[in-house]
Amino acid sequence: MALLEVDAVHSYYGNIHALKGVSLTVDAGEVVTLIGANGAGKSSTLRTISGLLRPREGRVRFAGADLADRKPHQIVADGIVHVPEGRGIFARLTVDENLSIGAFTRTDVDGVAADREAVFATFPRLRERRQQAGGTLSGGEQQMLAIGRGLMARPKVLLLDEPSMGLAPILVEEIFAIIERLNRERGTTILLVEQNARAALDVAHRGYVLETGGIALSGAAGDLLHDPRVRAAYLGV
Amino acid sequence: MTVTAALAVLAVLVYGPFRILQAGKYSSENWLDFIVFGLAQGSLYALIALGYTLVYGILRMINFAHGEVFMCGAFTGYFAAAALDGSGFMDRHPLVGLLAVTVVAASTSIGVAVLLERIAYRPLRRAPRLVPLITAIGASLFLQYTVSGLYGSGLETYPDVDVLKGDWQILGIGILKTQAVVIAAAVLIMLSLYAFVQHTRTGRAMRAVSEDKDTAALMGIDVDGIIVRTFVLGGALAGVAGVLHALIYKQVVFNMGFQPGLKAFTAAVLGGIGNVPGAMLGGLFLGVVESIGPGLFLEGLGIPAAYQLKDAIAFTLLVLVLIFRPTGILGERVSEKRA
Ligand SMILES: Nc1ncnc2c1ncn2[C@@H]1O[C@H](COP(=O)(O)OP(=O)(O)O)[C@@H](O)[C@H]1O
Ligand SMILES: [Mg+2]
Repeated sequence: MALLEVDAVHSYYGNIHALKGVSLTVDAGEVVTLIGANGAGKSSTLRTISGLLRPREGRVRFAGADLADRKPHQIVADGIVHVPEGRGIFARLTVDENLSIGAFTRTDVDGVAADREAVFATFPRLRERRQQAGGTLSGGEQQMLAIGRGLMARPKVLLLDEPSMGLAPILVEEIFAIIERLNRERGTTILLVEQNARAALDVAHRGYVLETGGIALSGAAGDLLHDPRVRAAYLGV
Repeated sequence: MTVTAALAVLAVLVYGPFRILQAGKYSSENWLDFIVFGLAQGSLYALIALGYTLVYGILRMINFAHGEVFMCGAFTGYFAAAALDGSGFMDRHPLVGLLAVTVVAASTSIGVAVLLERIAYRPLRRAPRLVPLITAIGASLFLQYTVSGLYGSGLETYPDVDVLKGDWQILGIGILKTQAVVIAAAVLIMLSLYAFVQHTRTGRAMRAVSEDKDTAALMGIDVDGIIVRTFVLGGALAGVAGVLHALIYKQVVFNMGFQPGLKAFTAAVLGGIGNVPGAMLGGLFLGVVESIGPGLFLEGLGIPAAYQLKDAIAFTLLVLVLIFRPTGILGERVSEKRA
């Protein structure tokens, strides 16, 4: 049984039919990437999983349980943590406060303190800036804070929406290296949405290609990297 | 045009005080009395203003029924006070009695605020902004006429509390006990509220929800729950303000929430709506300006019955601040995107 299962989901914004029967699965321990052009429905898929969007048809299941009646904050407590597109840093809260908010669902004070140290070990620059307001950080630092804040919830599945967006190439590399390490060293399960298809397929085990609200292709990451359709449309070769 | 206006303002600001101080109409004790009274009045404005600003910070919505939340607390506080006074309890244990009255008033205001959120505002959360605003005005009238329907439209008078009669000598100045209690209670409450918002888990969640509700939900915060708690806080402060108001003015009536509500809203805007310390400072500032303004700025210009114009001063101040600093004294620009 897959840890996370999106089953023939249809989601709407008012009358706009954004997801037209999307199905995908993520197994425990996997990195799965969801690639596709702007407007294909990648963010909407993540928003449907985390409960910000309610599917009008279809199901989202987590560890076998239907999430239809779960509110977004309950889904976080279940273990699905969504790091949104554009990072969603609370600009007026300090770095430390942003991290505390990430651990909002947790009551194990010692565990939270240890995880905060772990985040600072992964992102040393955040430690230097811990008393600074989130809004004063650079784009790269904000992305690190967004990922670190996501980890503070001890996710069973981490949903990352375009973590490389707007970053300098060297930072993009760093972010992908961190994603790979999180999965390898901690076994964190990751669903990674990206427009940078090559880098995403390089770190992922499997991938899905989304086109105008539906899955067009799926398979092992290595196979997708060599698929002529993917190469033409998303890898620019 | 602007220059003429600025000169006119300057003339009032300089010439009036010059004339009145030169004439020596008021002694320095008079001025101190004005200031202390202004601080007491301003404390009430500040406590009510906090309710506007907390709700605005979270929902970007003006809860125009908040003055009635205050009125409802003052009203049930009156019934509690009258009952305790009638049984003689108030005379035997005045402090316990006052505390009980405050608890009754605050509970009522909390209940009214939470019901408003649940019934009137929550269903409209995704509606265009004008809709909840009109609903709030409707709710305000509904509450006023419900109270007047139930209890009549006459004035009711709180019983006197003997321990609060007379004045205390504080730093060599005689200050009315009621005013001292109002100022002290309000300052204590405001400092606690500030500490709560800055340093507790719920306070942090309130600030997060105020910045971005969707992302707050993605952090595991129950956004609806935080909104309810915000109304609870604002309601509690309004209820306490209702009792403190009664210590100074004694009387309650069904439409007593309107004017203080409007003034407190002004204070919240003066301080920068959505900003907690701003509402506190805005309230105190407005209270003091209203209290010393007529004597200081207007009497020197030969305006008769200047004190009748204190409301005009309050709203002139509002207009001036909005012209020269639209975000209020401590306010930051509120981005439409977050609204
Ligand atoms: N808040 C919204 N309101 C209306 N339409 C939206 C909204 N967000 C996304 N959409 C529409 O839904 C479709 C999918 O968008 P999205 O999931 O953001 O795509 P992606 O993340 O792949 O760029 C697009 O057609 C987009 O215009
Ligand atoms: Mg997107």
